[in-house]
Amino acid sequence: MQAFLSYSFSLFGTPITVSALLGQGTLGLINGSFYACLSLGLAVIFGMLNIINFAHGALFMMGAFASWMLLNYAGIGYFPALLLAPLLVGAFGMLLEKTIISRLYKLDHLYGLLLTFGLALVIQGLFRNYYGSSGLPYRIPAVLQGATNLGFMYMPNYRGWVVLAAAIVCFVTWVTIEKTSLGATLRAATENAPLVQAFGVNVPRLITLTYGGGVALAAFAGVLAAPIYSVNPNMGDNFINTVFAVVVIGGMGSIMGSIVTGFGLGVVEGLTKVVYPQASATVVFVVMVIVLLTRPRGLFGKAA
Amino acid sequence: MFGFSRPQLIAFLAMVALLAICPFVLYPVFLMRVLCTALFACAFNLMIGYVGLLSFGHAAFFGMGSYVAAWTMKFWHVDAAIAIILGGLTGGVFGLALGYLAIRRSGIYFAMITLALSQMVYFFCLEAPFTGGEDGIQQVPRGTLFGFISLENDMTMYWLVAGVFIAGFLTIHRIIHSPFGQVLKGIRENEPRATSLGYRTDDYKLIAFVLSCTIAGVAGGTKALVFGIATLTDVHNSTSGEVVLTTLLGGLGTVFGPVMGAVVVTSMENYLAQFGAWVTVTQGAIFVVCVLAFRRGIVGEIGNFLKLKL
Repeated sequence: MQAFLSYSFSLFGTPITVSALLGQGTLGLINGSFYACLSLGLAVIFGMLNIINFAHGALFMMGAFASWMLLNYAGIGYFPALLLAPLLVGAFGMLLEKTIISRLYKLDHLYGLLLTFGLALVIQGLFRNYYGSSGLPYRIPAVLQGATNLGFMYMPNYRGWVVLAAAIVCFVTWVTIEKTSLGATLRAATENAPLVQAFGVNVPRLITLTYGGGVALAAFAGVLAAPIYSVNPNMGDNFINTVFAVVVIGGMGSIMGSIVTGFGLGVVEGLTKVVYPQASATVVFVVMVIVLLTRPRGLFGKAA
Repeated sequence: MFGFSRPQLIAFLAMVALLAICPFVLYPVFLMRVLCTALFACAFNLMIGYVGLLSFGHAAFFGMGSYVAAWTMKFWHVDAAIAIILGGLTGGVFGLALGYLAIRRSGIYFAMITLALSQMVYFFCLEAPFTGGEDGIQQVPRGTLFGFISLENDMTMYWLVAGVFIAGFLTIHRIIHSPFGQVLKGIRENEPRATSLGYRTDDYKLIAFVLSCTIAGVAGGTKALVFGIATLTDVHNSTSGEVVLTTLLGGLGTVFGPVMGAVVVTSMENYLAQFGAWVTVTQGAIFVVCVLAFRRGIVGEIGNFLKLKL
C-alpha cells in the first residue's frame, strides 16, 4: 500500500505522486459539495419556475450569515443552525417568491434572470453596508475539530463532515423528488402545470415551496461553508459563477445529473491542483468549453 | 442614409447639439465617461435588443479592448486612433472566440455561458503578466491623434470621444437598418422560421455578436485613453452587470435608450459614490423596479407615450 501511494510519475514536467492525487481529489470533494448543493437548488428552481435564480449566490451568503447571527445574537450553536438557518432563509425565499418573483411567470425568462440579479445586488449591498467586506470568523464546532489519518492524507474532520452532510442532503432531495408522491406531483407540475391544477393541486403553493426548497439548499451550503471561508457578503460571488458553469456542463434536466456533475467537477478541480495549480481556478470553465463543443446540451441535458 | 425616421432624426440632431453644447457647461471628463458607457451600452443593446440574446459577459470585450489600447499606447507609443482601433479589434477577436462557443445555446444558457466565459477572461487578466494584475496598467499617456493633435487637453480629448461615439452610434444604427439587421430581427422573433427560409441563423448571430464586441472594445479602448488606466474592474462581472442595467433602464431595443441609460446611471454613480455600498443597493433596486413596473425603460416609455419609435 505504502509503495503504491508513494509511486510517482511525471506529467507536464511536474512530479506527481498517487497520494497527492488521492489527497487533492478528496479535498476537491469539499468544493464539489458546495457545487452540488448549489447547482441542485438551481436545477430544482429552474424545473418548476423556469427561472434561473441569479440570487442564488446571495442566498448562499445569507445562509452563512444566518448561522453567524444565530450564534452571536441568540447563542444558538452550529448544529441547530444547520437546520434553522436554511428554514429561515428558505422562508425569506418564499416571501420573495410570493411578493415579487411570482409576478413574472407570464414574461420572457430573461426578465426572471434580470430581476433575481437585481435582488442579489440589493441583498449583497445591504449586508456590505452593515457588516463590511472584511469577513467575520465562525469557529468549527468542538466535536468536529481535529483531523483523521486516511492513510494517504490527514483529513480535517470538519471537511469530511461537509462532504458527508452535503451528500446526505443531496441524496434526500433526490429521493424526495424521484421516489415520493410529493415528488411525483412536483414532476407532473413541471411537465404540465395547468393539467395538475385541474386535478385540484394548489400549483402556486407548490411553486412557492419549490423555490423555498431550492433556496434552503443554498442556505444549507452556506452554513456548511461558514467555518471554512470567513462569513462575508461577497462569498457567494466566487462560487456562483463556477456554479453556473457547472449547470451548463450538467444541463438542468436531471436532479441526479446536477449532483454528480457538482461533486465530479470538484474532484476535477482538486486533481488539477496537483498537475497544474495555476489552472485550478479555470478548469471548470475549460471543461464547460469542451462540453459546449462536443455536447452543447450538457451531459445530462434534455433537448431544448 | 442611416435609416432614421423623422422623429429619430430630430432626436439624433438634438443629441448632437447637446454633445456640442454640454462640454461648455459640464465637466468634460464626466461627459467622456458618459459617452464611453453609452457606446458600450449601445453595443450591448445590439445583441439584446435586436438579436434577443442577453450577454452577461460583455465586460470581457470592453476590458480587453481597454487593456490592449492602454498597453499599446504606453509601451509602443502608437497613435491614439491606432490604439482605439486595436482595442476594437481585440474586442472583435475575443468576441469571435467566445461567441463561437456561446451561440450554441440561447436564452438563459447563453447568459450563463457568456458569464462563465467572461469569468475565465477575468482570471486570465488576473494572472497574465501584461495586465499588471491588481495594479492594472496605470499612467497611460493620451498621446496624439493623427500624429499632430495633442490630446492632453480635456476639450480636445472630448471632441475625439464625441466623434468616436457618434461614429459608433451611426454604425450600429446602419447595421440594424440593413438587410442583415432585418434578418437579425427575424431571428429574434422566430428563429425556426428564419431557419426554414434558408438563413444560417448561427452565422448571423455570430456576426452580430462579433460586431457588438468590436464596438464594446472600441468603447473600452477609448475609456482607457480618457482616464489613462486599464484595470481589472473593466473586465469584472460588475461591469457586465452595469451595462445590462444601463440598457434596461434606458430601454431594451430602443435606439436612444442606451444613451439615456448611460446618462442616468453614470450621474447616479457620480453622486452616490460617497455612500459606498448604497450604489449597489440602488442599482439592484432599479433592476427590480424596471423589471416589475417599467419594462420598456425610460426611452421606451416616452416613445410609447408619444406613439413614436425612438
